Amino acid sequence: MTTTFRALLGATALCAIGGAAAAQDPVTLTIATVNNGDMIRMQQMTAPFTEANPDIRLDWVTLEENILRERVTTDIATGGGQYDVLTIGTYEVPIWAAQGWLAPLEDLPDDYDVDDLIPAVREALSVDDTLFAAPFYAESAMVMYRTDLAEAAGVTIPDNPTWTDIRTAAEAMTDRDAEVYGICLRGKPGWGENMAFLTAMANSYGARWFDTEWAPQFDSPEWQATLTDYLEMMTNYGPPGASSNGFNENLSLFQQGRCGIWIDATVAASFVTDPTDSTVADSVGFAQFPNKDGVDNHGNWLWAWNLAIPASSQKQDAARSFVAWATSKGYTDMIAEAQGWRAAPPGTRTSLYENPEYQEAAPFAAMTLEAINSANTQQSSVQEVPYTGGQFVAIPEFQGIGTQVGQTFSAALAGQMSADDALAAAQSSTAREMARAGYPK
Amino acid sequence: MATRQTAGLARLMRAPAIILLLIWMIVPLGMTLYYSFLNYNLLNPANVSWAGWFNYQYFYTDPAFFAAIRNTLVLVLGVLTITVVLGIAIALLIDKPIWGQGIVRILIISPFFVMPPVAALIWKNMIMHPSYGVFADIARFLGLQPVDWFAQYPLTSIIIIVAWQWLPFATLILLTALQSLDGEQMEAAEMDGAGPVSRFIHLTLPHLARAITVVVLIQTIFLLGIYAEILVTTNGGPGNASTNLTYLIYRAARLNFDIGGAAAGGIIAVILANIVAIFLMRAVGKNLD
Repeated sequence: MTTTFRALLGATALCAIGGAAAAQDPVTLTIATVNNGDMIRMQQMTAPFTEANPDIRLDWVTLEENILRERVTTDIATGGGQYDVLTIGTYEVPIWAAQGWLAPLEDLPDDYDVDDLIPAVREALSVDDTLFAAPFYAESAMVMYRTDLAEAAGVTIPDNPTWTDIRTAAEAMTDRDAEVYGICLRGKPGWGENMAFLTAMANSYGARWFDTEWAPQFDSPEWQATLTDYLEMMTNYGPPGASSNGFNENLSLFQQGRCGIWIDATVAASFVTDPTDSTVADSVGFAQFPNKDGVDNHGNWLWAWNLAIPASSQKQDAARSFVAWATSKGYTDMIAEAQGWRAAPPGTRTSLYENPEYQEAAPFAAMTLEAINSANTQQSSVQEVPYTGGQFVAIPEFQGIGTQVGQTFSAALAGQMSADDALAAAQSSTAREMARAGYPK
Repeated sequence: MATRQTAGLARLMRAPAIILLLIWMIVPLGMTLYYSFLNYNLLNPANVSWAGWFNYQYFYTDPAFFAAIRNTLVLVLGVLTITVVLGIAIALLIDKPIWGQGIVRILIISPFFVMPPVAALIWKNMIMHPSYGVFADIARFLGLQPVDWFAQYPLTSIIIIVAWQWLPFATLILLTALQSLDGEQMEAAEMDGAGPVSRFIHLTLPHLARAITVVVLIQTIFLLGIYAEILVTTNGGPGNASTNLTYLIYRAARLNFDIGGAAAGGIIAVILANIVAIFLMRAVGKNLD
């Protein structure tokens, strides 16, 4: 046997060993997620999962909401295949599932208990009764207000307030010299920022985005009333710089005691009542999203951040076990044990709201559950609509249209145009985009 | 002196690099051109069809199109004016021997090393914010109402931020030019009775002409594509008040996922940028001859 031959044999053997080693290599899941508190907490708490699954490694890509949406959409639409688990919102799930971009979440572990998912949330994430994403946390919208300021001003906010109640209270609580503003609402442009709020408010005024022929409705008296009242409240009782305030900015204003009333996502309740971050934790009251006098419809807001698996992923089994773990009851229990019940991801499971320990730790639990349960995303307005979705319209074009309209309304809030001009601009830009997209289809 | 053969050989050896560079430029441009004639929306990739000139027509009939062009020009001119005028002033100041000159120079140059999104975030949240910003504190201290910069003066705010970032570059180039100014000439002018103002106008400024041209040309190229500062602070708003051409294309591509429309916008932007470049080269570029 020549030396060369021996060397070749040796090399072959080495390659074989290498091949065998590669076969046992752990699977690395690339997970795209959003940089909000609950998701960051999840990243830090994955040790039990990786210990139980030594052959699965987790690689995180954490991004700000808008950037995450851009990246993930581009990746999945072009079949890029960068990610194995995606964090996506309620808006994307039905659209992407219909495109065949998401793997159905079937064959989940027996102890996953799909029936425990809150029905409204489960329905929003299913297409033809098949679940396409697992909810990590879910939210509706509600009123948060300062009980001490309300008492001092001699006003009360009922559990089911009308917009008149809200405006009266906001006026009474405003004290500009002390930098306390009666009401803080979203003004930052974006379909998921000011338009989420304004669409919900419009729903509660009886307005709708489109009629059954897909014609935009910004020229209707209902939208006129919505925008006029919003601008009037924000101009008279809102904080300065409101046209650039989104969820986070308002959260921070409320926590610093600058807002009398804040109407936003229910998930904020745990932040404003957290004594470590909020200076007003002891004096926060909650109420349902307001409705306009005579219109029997609260703002039908329903949102969930969900974990989904792209159909293009090569590692679907591993991805499914991670998704099942992160959205399981066991995960909630683990968080509760480590950081207290208030830190548990809210809004997704009935069992959490039946748990007396959670009810005690989270005074807002009942109000949150009621808000989520009252959301009807199939019929969000009292008028007939051709679309689904509460604070959005579940069509692919909505991201662009919603953001453009959001810009226009934000300009009105900044005082650069009148409500009438803003509505006319919204009407024409929406009609233009809808015609381009070929509606009615 | 190269013979005909060696010249031919040299051309042959240069060819691969030049071909590579051409491909590097032509392929993306060609693809953009191709996409600009397609109906191609990322959210509906199954429905790709030929669009003809529709995307172009759609882009320039966008209600925001002319606002975007105007904003782009105002942004470029505004930043150029501030950086050139202040750049000359600062360069003159730090050209003089002063105590702590080294530290002062480093401090003046430092904004250039801050990444645009970071700079924009700092300006947005720590300086111009109507509640927490330094400007608001100053206004309150003086008994005035704080200014809501990004709502009331969106384009001006962005011009200020971008100018702050580009001022060091202008200062640095102008300072270098200033240092090559002949001291004896200045002295001679002074002995002939020329005052500081006329020395500045008749000696310093003509000497700085080339440096100013370089600053204007290089900055214009970058300023036409300003985007991060707008994305971080105003998102192009309120309304279209701070939307420039780049941001309009971003909106088509990344918010509407309209690849065809965005590609058409990109081609329009390339054409407009070239018009500006030709105009600039003719107007100020002759200084470089």
